[in-house]
Amino acid sequence: MSNTSVAAKKPPLFHIVGRGRGQLPFYQAWGIRLGAFALALILNAVFVYLVVGVDPITFYQTMLKGAFGKGFLWPTIKTSAKLLCIAVALAPAFKMRFWNIGAEGQVLVGGIAAAVVMFYFSDLPAVVILLLMMIVSLVAGALWGVIPAFFKAKMNVNETLFTLMMNYIAMNLVNFFYDLWKGPKTALGKINQSTHAGWLSSLWEKRDANGYLIRGEESLFTNSDFWFVVIICVVAVLMYFYLKYTKQGYEIAVVGESSNTARYAGISVKKVILRTMILSGAICGLCGFLVVSAQSNTVSVSMAGGYGFTAIIVAWLSKFNTFTMAGVSVLIVALEQGAAQMANEYNFMGFSVAAADVMIGIMLLFIVGSEFFIHYKVMFRKSSKEVAAV
Amino acid sequence: MMDILVSWLQQGFKFAGFLALAALGEMIIEKSGSLNLGTPGTMCVGAASGFISVFLYANSVAAPNPLVLILLALTVAFLSAMLMGLVFGFFTVTLRINQNVIGLIMTIFGTGLAKFLSDFFVKTESGNARCQAAFEVFTAKIPFLSDSLGIVSKVLFNYGFLFYLTIVIAIGAWLFFKKTRTGLNLRAVGENPATADAAGISVTRYKYLASCIGSGLVGVAGIFCTMEFKSGAWAVADIDSIEAFGWLAVALVIFALWKPINLLWGSLVFSICYWAYMYLPQMLGITVSDDLAQMLPYIITILVLIVINLRKSRENQGPAALGLAYFREER
Amino acid sequence: MTIPNNTAVAFRGVTKTFGEVYANRDVSMDIYKGEILSLLGENGSGKTTLMNMLSGIYCPDAGEIYLDGKPVAIRSPQDAHHLGIGMIHQHFKLVDVFTAAENVLLGVKEKGLLDLSAASEAIRRICATYGFELDPSMKVYDMSVSQKQTLEIVKALYRGANVLVLDEPTAVLTPQETEKLFTVLREMRKDGKTVIIITHKLHEVLAVSDRVAILRKGEYVGAINTCEADEQILTEMMVGQKVELNIERREPVNPVLRLQVKNLSVKGHEGEDVLKNISFELYGGEILGIAGISGCGQKELLESIAGLQHVEQGSSVSYDTPDGKTEELIGKDPKQIKSMGVALSFVPEDRLGMGLVGGMGMVGNMQLRNYTMRKSILAEIKHSRELAQQIREELGVVTPSLNTPVRRLSGGNVQKVLVGREIASAPAVLMTAYAVRGLDIGASYTIYNLLNKQKEKGVAVLFVGEDLDVLVALCDRILVLCDGHVNGIVDGRTTTKEEVGYLMTNLKSEGGTNHE
Repeated sequence: MSNTSVAAKKPPLFHIVGRGRGQLPFYQAWGIRLGAFALALILNAVFVYLVVGVDPITFYQTMLKGAFGKGFLWPTIKTSAKLLCIAVALAPAFKMRFWNIGAEGQVLVGGIAAAVVMFYFSDLPAVVILLLMMIVSLVAGALWGVIPAFFKAKMNVNETLFTLMMNYIAMNLVNFFYDLWKGPKTALGKINQSTHAGWLSSLWEKRDANGYLIRGEESLFTNSDFWFVVIICVVAVLMYFYLKYTKQGYEIAVVGESSNTARYAGISVKKVILRTMILSGAICGLCGFLVVSAQSNTVSVSMAGGYGFTAIIVAWLSKFNTFTMAGVSVLIVALEQGAAQMANEYNFMGFSVAAADVMIGIMLLFIVGSEFFIHYKVMFRKSSKEVAAV
Repeated sequence: MMDILVSWLQQGFKFAGFLALAALGEMIIEKSGSLNLGTPGTMCVGAASGFISVFLYANSVAAPNPLVLILLALTVAFLSAMLMGLVFGFFTVTLRINQNVIGLIMTIFGTGLAKFLSDFFVKTESGNARCQAAFEVFTAKIPFLSDSLGIVSKVLFNYGFLFYLTIVIAIGAWLFFKKTRTGLNLRAVGENPATADAAGISVTRYKYLASCIGSGLVGVAGIFCTMEFKSGAWAVADIDSIEAFGWLAVALVIFALWKPINLLWGSLVFSICYWAYMYLPQMLGITVSDDLAQMLPYIITILVLIVINLRKSRENQGPAALGLAYFREER
Repeated sequence: MTIPNNTAVAFRGVTKTFGEVYANRDVSMDIYKGEILSLLGENGSGKTTLMNMLSGIYCPDAGEIYLDGKPVAIRSPQDAHHLGIGMIHQHFKLVDVFTAAENVLLGVKEKGLLDLSAASEAIRRICATYGFELDPSMKVYDMSVSQKQTLEIVKALYRGANVLVLDEPTAVLTPQETEKLFTVLREMRKDGKTVIIITHKLHEVLAVSDRVAILRKGEYVGAINTCEADEQILTEMMVGQKVELNIERREPVNPVLRLQVKNLSVKGHEGEDVLKNISFELYGGEILGIAGISGCGQKELLESIAGLQHVEQGSSVSYDTPDGKTEELIGKDPKQIKSMGVALSFVPEDRLGMGLVGGMGMVGNMQLRNYTMRKSILAEIKHSRELAQQIREELGVVTPSLNTPVRRLSGGNVQKVLVGREIASAPAVLMTAYAVRGLDIGASYTIYNLLNKQKEKGVAVLFVGEDLDVLVALCDRILVLCDGHVNGIVDGRTTTKEEVGYLMTNLKSEGGTNHE
C-alpha cells in the first residue's frame, strides 16, 4: 500500500477512446475492412499451406474455381440467396436492436408448415397448394418470431436466450415430422416424388394423359432455382425500401435508437416490437417455404443449413443494408464452395470440407475485429514529460 | 421395471455429468457478464483435441500409461478450449465486438476446427475410432463403492472420476462465489462492471479469466462426454451431437438460475427428460416421441425465463450486465 | 516544479479532452491536508472530469497529479484506492443485489476468505465514529437514496480513504439529511481527512467548506478562503463577470387561459409522492418558470402533461384550444394528444435520450414529428429536409451535413436542433426542461430569444430552469416546486432570487398549494 510503489509506475502507454465526433471518412473505414479481409486471406493461405502444402496461388485458383467457375457459379448464387434471405429477415429486428437469434428455428417451422401442406393436401391444384404452403409458412415463421417478441414487449424477457431456445424446439419439431413421415424407411426422400405436388416446378411442368412428365424446353423460367433467387432478390430490395423510406421503417429505427424517444414521439414501442418480429419471422418462414418448394422438396434439420446463425453475423456486419448483405452472403458462400472444391481435389492430403468452417471463422473474426479500429482509436500519451520515479 | 428405472437413471447421470460440467463453465463465463454462445464450438474443440491426443498416444506406444492418458486428455482439452475462450475474450473485451456475434462465429469456427482436426488426425477407414485404453481409465469405477451397495452402487457409483470431480467443482464454485473475495468480485463484474471498476476490480482481467477458465471447463466437458457418455468412441458425426449438447448446456445455465448447486439436480432433470423416450415405453408402456421428449428441456427453460421475469425476483435473475460490453471511458 | 509541502493533492497542467472538446485545460491547483474544499463551477465546467482523473476513472491526456508532494500515476480506480483517494459519485457505484457489507468488501485486497461478519463489525465501528446509521446486511435495492450515499461514504472510509471526493452529494438529499452529511464531513476533517465536495450550490459552499476552488469552462480560475467569500464574489468568479443577464422581457399581451392543471399527483417506483396535488394555470403569451432543486418533480410534471407519465386518480390537465374547446389530456398518450389537435411542444431534459434520435441526422430528427404526415405508407421526408435546412440556417446550427448524426454535434447545436424543431410545429404550449443546460452564453441567449419570440406570438411557455438569475430575468411568473408541492407562484418582475431560493428549500406547509 505504499505510495511509492504506485508512483514508480509509468503512466499508461496508450488508452482507447471512442472516435465520437471524429468519425472516420468512409474510404478509410472501408480501407480498414479491406485490410482485414486481405490479412484473413493471407492467414488462410498460410493455414492451407501448412496443412496440405498447397501454395497460395494454386489454393486461391482452386477456391475461385469452386466458387465461381463453370458449373459452380449457380450453386454459389442460389446458396448465397438462401443466406441473404435469412439475413434480410433479420435486418428489421436487428435495426430495432432486438437480438433475434432464432432465425434458424423460424426458417425450420416455415419449412415444416409448407411440408405439412404438401404432405396432407397433395390433391389440391398446383397454384392453390403453393399459395397455401406460402401462407402457412409465413404464419408459422411469424408465430415463431412473435412469441419471444410478445414476452419481450410485455415483461422484458431476454430475447437472445428466448429465441435461442426456440431454435431447438423447432429442430425437434422437424425431426418429429421427419420421423413420422419416414415411417420404417431409412430416409424420407422427396415428398410427393411422383406427383410433384407442392413443388415450385409443378407450376410449369406438363404431364401427358398418363401423368408422365413431358420434357419441355428448358429455360431460365422453368428453373426453380432461378425463381428462388429472383424472389429473394425482390424481397431484399423491398426490405431496403421498407427500412429506408416507410413510416414503419422509420419507427423501427427510432425504437432501435431509444425507446424513450419513441415514446416521446408517440410511437408504441410494444406494437413496433411485435409488428417487426412478425415481419422478421414471416420472412424466415418464407425462406423455409422457398427451400421446401423450390430446392429440397423435403424436410430435414439441415434445411436451413445453419444459416440461421450465419445470417446473424451477415446482418450485423452489413449494418442493416440489404445490398451489403448480398455481398457478404456471396463472400461466405464462396468460401464454403471454394473450400468444398479444395476438399474434393486435395482430400487425400488431409484437406476436408470442415476446413471451410475454419477458414470462414478466421475470415469473419478478422472482418468483425476490424470494426473496432473503425469505431475506436488508440490514443498514445501526448505529454513527452515522463513522470519521474520517486 | 426396476432394471429399466436403474438404467434410465444411469443413462441420466452419465448424461447429466458432462452437461453439468459444460454448464458450469458457461456459468462462470456468464457470471462475468459475458454470454458466450461459442460454448458449443468450444466443447467440440475440447472433445476433438482431447480425443485425438490420447488416440495418437495410445496408438504410438505398446502399453499406454493410464496417468499419462488422463493428464494428456484433460490438459489438451482444457488448454485448447481455453484458447477458444481467450479468442472470445480478446474480441469481446479488448475489441468490444458484440458477444452474440463473436460467440456464433466461435461456434462455427469451433465445430469446423473439431471436424477438421478429426479428419486430419483420425485417419481410419470408416472415420470412426475408439480409444479403449483411455475409455478404461476414464470410466474406472471406485472400488468397493461401485459394487457392494446394491442398487445404490449401480445408480450412484457407476461412473468415472470426472463425474465426481464435476460435483466437487460445482460445490467448489458455489463456495467460490459465496465465500471468497475473488468470487464476490467476479459476481460484481457481471452485475455492474462500472461499480466493480470503480471499486478497483480489473473488469478486463476478470472477464478474460472467467472466459478462459470457463471455456477450459467446457472443453473438459467435451472429452468427458466422449469418454463416458460415448464410451470412448469417436466419429466425425459425433461432433454435431456434441454441439447440440453444448446448446443444451447454455439452456441449463438459465434453468439453474445461475446457481452452481442447482446445476447438479437441474442437469439430472434435463437428462431424465431427454432420455425419457428410451425408457418410458418399456416401463409404463407409454410411447413418447424421442423428438418431442428432447424438446422438453428447452420448453422448461423458456418457462423458467418467463417465470423469473414475472416474479421480478432480484435474486434469481441472471447477471444484470449479461451480454453488455463495458467500456470505461464511454460517456 | 514546486509543490507546497502541505498539499494533499496538487494538479499541474492537467488536460483532458473528449473528442475535440476540452473538458479540462491546463489545470494547476492545490488542495491542502485536512481541509474541506468546495469545487465550484457551473454545469459543464469540468469539475467532475477533474475529480474523475483523481479517482482513476479517466486518464489525463497531459499533466501530472501530485499526492503529498509526490507525483503519482493514477491509472485505475485501484491505484486511487491504494493512494487513499475515495470518490462518491453522483450516480452511486453499488451492486444492487449485494448487501451493504458485500459492497464494502468489493475489490478490497485483503488476505483470506470473505469475512462478512468482520466487515459488518468494521462498518458498525465506522458508523459509530462518525455518526452514521447503516445496517450491514441490508440489500442495496432495499435502500433509500440517503442510505446508499451513507454506504458509499462508509465504503470509502473502510478502504482507508484520506482524501474523500463527493460529487454533488446534496442533490438527492433532504435539508435534514444534508445537515447531517455536513456534520459528518466536519467530523472527518477533525480526523485529519481531506474532503473535496463538488457542488454548484453557493449556500452549501459557504456553510461547509474552508476554501473554495473555482473552475470555469474546464479551466482553473482560482481559489478563495470561504471566510473571505460571499455569494457575489463566488458567482463572479464562477461566471467570470457580474451577472447582468439583460434578457428582454415584455409584458404579456392579451393572456388567454391555455392549460389548466388540477390536483396532479404522481407516485414514484416505491409509492412515494413525487408530485402532490399540483394545480396551476398557464396562459398564452406568458412564460411561466418552474423553479426547484433538481429532481423534485419537474420532469414528472412536464411528462404528465405530455402524456408520458402515469398519474394518480383525480389528476386533471385540461387544454383550451384556440377555437374555444376544452380537451382533457390525462389518460392520453402523445399520439392521441397530437391527433386531438393539441399543439403541444416539449423540449425534454434528456435531449439525446428522449427528444432526439442520437444516431440520426437533422433530417431524421425533423421526421420524428413529421414522418406520419403523408397518407401513404411512406415516411415524410421532403418537408423534413427543408425544415432541417431552414433550422440550420436560421439558428446557425454547426453541422457537417444534414445527415450527420446529431449525437456528434456539440451540446448547443443539439439543443438548437431540438428547440428549432419543437418551435417549428407552431405550438400553442411550449414546455422546456433545462433548455440552456450545458450551453455557452451565446447559445443560451439564442434560446432565450426564441422563447421570447414564442411568447410574443401568444404561445404559452413553460420554462423549467435551474439558474435563478435566468428564471427571475426571463419569466413572467415563477412557480416554485418544493418536495413535489407547489410552494408558491411569484411574479417574475417583483420577486428576488432570495425569495425563490427560500421557497425552493422551505416547504410552507402540507397544504401549501393555494398560492394562486
